[in-house]
Amino acid sequence: MARAIVNVPARAKRGEIIEIKTLAAHPMETGFRRTQLGELIPRDIIRRFVCTYNGAEVFRVDLHPAVAANPLIAFTTVATESGTIAFQWAGDNGYAVTETASIRVE
Amino acid sequence: MTTRAARLFLAVSAARLFVEPAAAGEIPLPERRSSYEFMSRETRAMQDDDTGNPGTLWVLDGEALWKRKAGAADRACSDCHGDARESMKAVAARYPAFDPARGRPVNLEQRINACRVGRQKAPALAYESKDLLALTAYVARQSRGLPIAIAIDGRTRPFLEAGRERFFRRQGQLNLACAQCHDDLWSGKLAGSPITQAHPTGYPLYRLEWQGLGSLERRLRGCLVGIRAEPYAYGAPEFVDLELYLMWRANGMKIETPAVRP
Repeated sequence: MARAIVNVPARAKRGEIIEIKTLAAHPMETGFRRTQLGELIPRDIIRRFVCTYNGAEVFRVDLHPAVAANPLIAFTTVATESGTIAFQWAGDNGYAVTETASIRVE
Repeated sequence: MTTRAARLFLAVSAARLFVEPAAAGEIPLPERRSSYEFMSRETRAMQDDDTGNPGTLWVLDGEALWKRKAGAADRACSDCHGDARESMKAVAARYPAFDPARGRPVNLEQRINACRVGRQKAPALAYESKDLLALTAYVARQSRGLPIAIAIDGRTRPFLEAGRERFFRRQGQLNLACAQCHDDLWSGKLAGSPITQAHPTGYPLYRLEWQGLGSLERRLRGCLVGIRAEPYAYGAPEFVDLELYLMWRANGMKIETPAVRP
């Protein structure tokens, strides 16, 4: 189950700095490990995470094999106006998850 | 005669000195501490915040499974048990519990599988499989913050004693008993890590070392391999007895499921 949790404050004051937290379920298999029989386990990681605020990109991450499983990504942005904050994770083997959250700015 | 009696007395006291530390040494109630208290500030924060706690991912999966119909009976857990937030409240706090059908205590995973096989007519879930961990975590999550309440009666006492015996028995190539570290040396460190008191308050829990959720039995296997003993199989009676003893030993402590541990 490709699951992701996002935590966005439901409301904020205009100009306020808000913290956004995201957690995605993913094994982040490095591609360097081997099975007990010596076979290489193919790499399976999240490659990219993008957050857009009303369509405008506010945060982006390139992920690499050294990142732990189930990566928690927390960052801040400025609450400018009410609307939708969208999150996209994309990775190996066609992994793609999107989540959205709405925020009310007063 | 008197010297002989004195010698005998000395010999007996010396023998007691050697025997007693192994039999006593259980941690006094006010000194009991959850492993949570041994963790770094960052790891505690991770456990306390549901968004940051990766165990939440399993809990949410468990919630979905709870409502999903399964097996030949085409029934979901929720069809019989309703809302888990009500029906499963405090349930995990009293497991392992006695199962009359088996005539012995069963742990929460075994209880869930008994329901799956008996009521849902579905194949049992494998130990440590994602689905079984998710369901167990979801059920145990409903007891978060509630005190562990293992009630021992005539039926479960022999199994508790068997678990206690196992806890104090030296085993493995290193010839160590659980109690030697977890009763006597819990304030110390092993290779830089706190030893802790081994109270199973947060299982199934997310261990950073595992990069995933795992059961108490998985953790016990880690300890057994560490003392170079052959671990019991998952679901083995020896494991469940030990789990019963550990839970009983932690009676009154609060459930933290899904906990995070380093």
